[in-house]
Amino acid sequence: MKILVPLKRVADPDNANKVKIPASGATIETTGLEWKPNPFDEYALEAALRLTEDGKAPKVRAGEVVVVTFGPKETETTLRAALATGADRAIRVDAADDKLDGHLVARALKALVEREKPDLVLMGKQAVDGDSNQVGQILAEQLDYPMATFAATMKEEAGGLLVGREVDGGVITLRVKFPAVVTVDLRIVAPTSVYSMKTAPAFKYNDGVRFAALPAIMAAKKKPLAEVKLADLAADQGLRVTYHGFQAPPARKAGIKVKDVTDLVNRLKNEAKAL
Amino acid sequence: MAVNEPLSLDDLIAIDSLLSEEEKLIRASVRRFVRERYLPRSAELFAKEQFPTDLIPMIAEMGILGGSLKGYGCAGMNSVEYGLALQELEAGDSGLRSFVSVQGSLAMWPIWKYGSEEQKQRWLPKMAAGEIIGCFGLTEPDAGSDPAAMKTRARKDGDGYVLTGTKMWITSSPIAHLAVVWAKVDDGDASSIRGFVVERGMKGFETPTVHGKMSLRASPTGEIVLNEVRVPAENMLPNVQGLKGALGCLTQARFGIAWGALGAARACFESVVSYARERVAFGGPIAAKQLVQQKIAEMAMEIAKGQIMGLHYARLKDSTGITPVQVSLCKKNNVGVALEIARSARGILGGNGILLEYPVIRHMLNLESVYTYEGTDEVHTLILGNALTGHNAF
Repeated sequence: MKILVPLKRVADPDNANKVKIPASGATIETTGLEWKPNPFDEYALEAALRLTEDGKAPKVRAGEVVVVTFGPKETETTLRAALATGADRAIRVDAADDKLDGHLVARALKALVEREKPDLVLMGKQAVDGDSNQVGQILAEQLDYPMATFAATMKEEAGGLLVGREVDGGVITLRVKFPAVVTVDLRIVAPTSVYSMKTAPAFKYNDGVRFAALPAIMAAKKKPLAEVKLADLAADQGLRVTYHGFQAPPARKAGIKVKDVTDLVNRLKNEAKAL
Repeated sequence: MAVNEPLSLDDLIAIDSLLSEEEKLIRASVRRFVRERYLPRSAELFAKEQFPTDLIPMIAEMGILGGSLKGYGCAGMNSVEYGLALQELEAGDSGLRSFVSVQGSLAMWPIWKYGSEEQKQRWLPKMAAGEIIGCFGLTEPDAGSDPAAMKTRARKDGDGYVLTGTKMWITSSPIAHLAVVWAKVDDGDASSIRGFVVERGMKGFETPTVHGKMSLRASPTGEIVLNEVRVPAENMLPNVQGLKGALGCLTQARFGIAWGALGAARACFESVVSYARERVAFGGPIAAKQLVQQKIAEMAMEIAKGQIMGLHYARLKDSTGITPVQVSLCKKNNVGVALEIARSARGILGGNGILLEYPVIRHMLNLESVYTYEGTDEVHTLILGNALTGHNAF
């Protein structure tokens, strides 16, 4: 099985306070930010690796995982980390961060899918910076591929996948035929969420995303990393989304201490109007 | 008055500008491992005097065991990569880092350096895979800083040796499958010392656990009791004789400790900064008090200096090599400052500083051992003193 995993770097969610907005509100200050792979994309990569191996012998690859990101040269760090974690090959689509939107990325990915011909495009359900949650859906529409979003489980079967989606009140199971687009939710990295046809049904993974082994980190620089120009994938680089302004969340006001329960109830009723 | 976001230690030291992409990725991978797999259990393991043996396969899988060795299933990291990995492990717990140091530098390294090809093939791949756990027997109940005074004897007997003696303060001995034991041969002096690989199951080999430690509680420490243990000649390390064999291992381990201890210091520093910014006394956060700021500034200074020194000597180690004296400088300085930082941090946390809920008391207690093992602080002082004055004061 060949899987294409798009990755996006985002400002480190654990250091969100480093994100600064200049007074003009026209943009986000990106200098000095610490970049991390979007967590949902890391989950997609973990799921892709699980689909292309036998869980009990993960060093032997049984398929190909190609990771792709859009951005300037330094985004190759994100790709190297993915190669170190186990991806087989990487592609960087050279682009400026502020000249991209979800629709353009989806259009360019479509062209890349037509070149690479993966069985599956596996991606995070959304990036945690813009929370747009749209690239997977637009891509599936453009390719006219079957799609499953918010996947919590995946089981490989001949020519396709059984995908479990958590919904209110239960789980919907979808059967998608390859080629397909699947976006994943956080439970996809639970110990029994993903099974390739090689992995025994009784096998349990460690919870979460695997750790890059130190020799693999050193070997990652020998894995192929290709650069593609955005123009080669998308003749029209027009943006559908225009940003009108950025604003930091309002600072939280200091709390108050109430003197007793009566005071608390009184304030909840009369000031907060919560009762 | 406006309160700004605090500058991180990483941004202050800006060590990243001196690291390769691979080095940064290795640090990130081990840091995440410690944060996800070790820290949630750290207090409980310490309280219950338990070592997380279930993590050994994962640590091995990551290539950390014997990670600085080349070949035989080892990762072949450079000194900076290995140092960064140890630093992240010790930001978790000195006991976790001790396990890795003993396996890699004290058990695998002597086999790799002094062993025969058969010995390397036989043990190293399984040790790198975490299937065989090793320990290192040099110190004795009556011979610590003066290992030449060891009483353990190996008596040549037919085609093997018979070992008798007791080794003390042996990290990992209770869980070890083999021990690299140093012994004087046939009642000789220190120049007769040889290294032997003694395997679990050999008759007369026992490893009673030392209980009641108030330090390194998450690391199993024991004795090695050798009661007429018959060891075949093929288990003797052929390529070194005399005390220099054991001391060579210590030089390796000490350098790793110099890196590791700063991880514990950093954990204390970060704990203190976040505590001091939250904790209110006399109408404001204690981070706004000059006495607290002085302590925090000094902690950051010492970590920055130790980190840059460690990096310098690690690069040198991989290019032209470093001397045991330089290793003593690193070990003495970095462990000494880490212990001072932990004590100072403990003070700033006040009563909360004695709770296992915060990492500080655990690191502080652990570092008391780190200060004493692998050459006490005083031994390193005398090594430096000897080198700097030309007078041996031992």
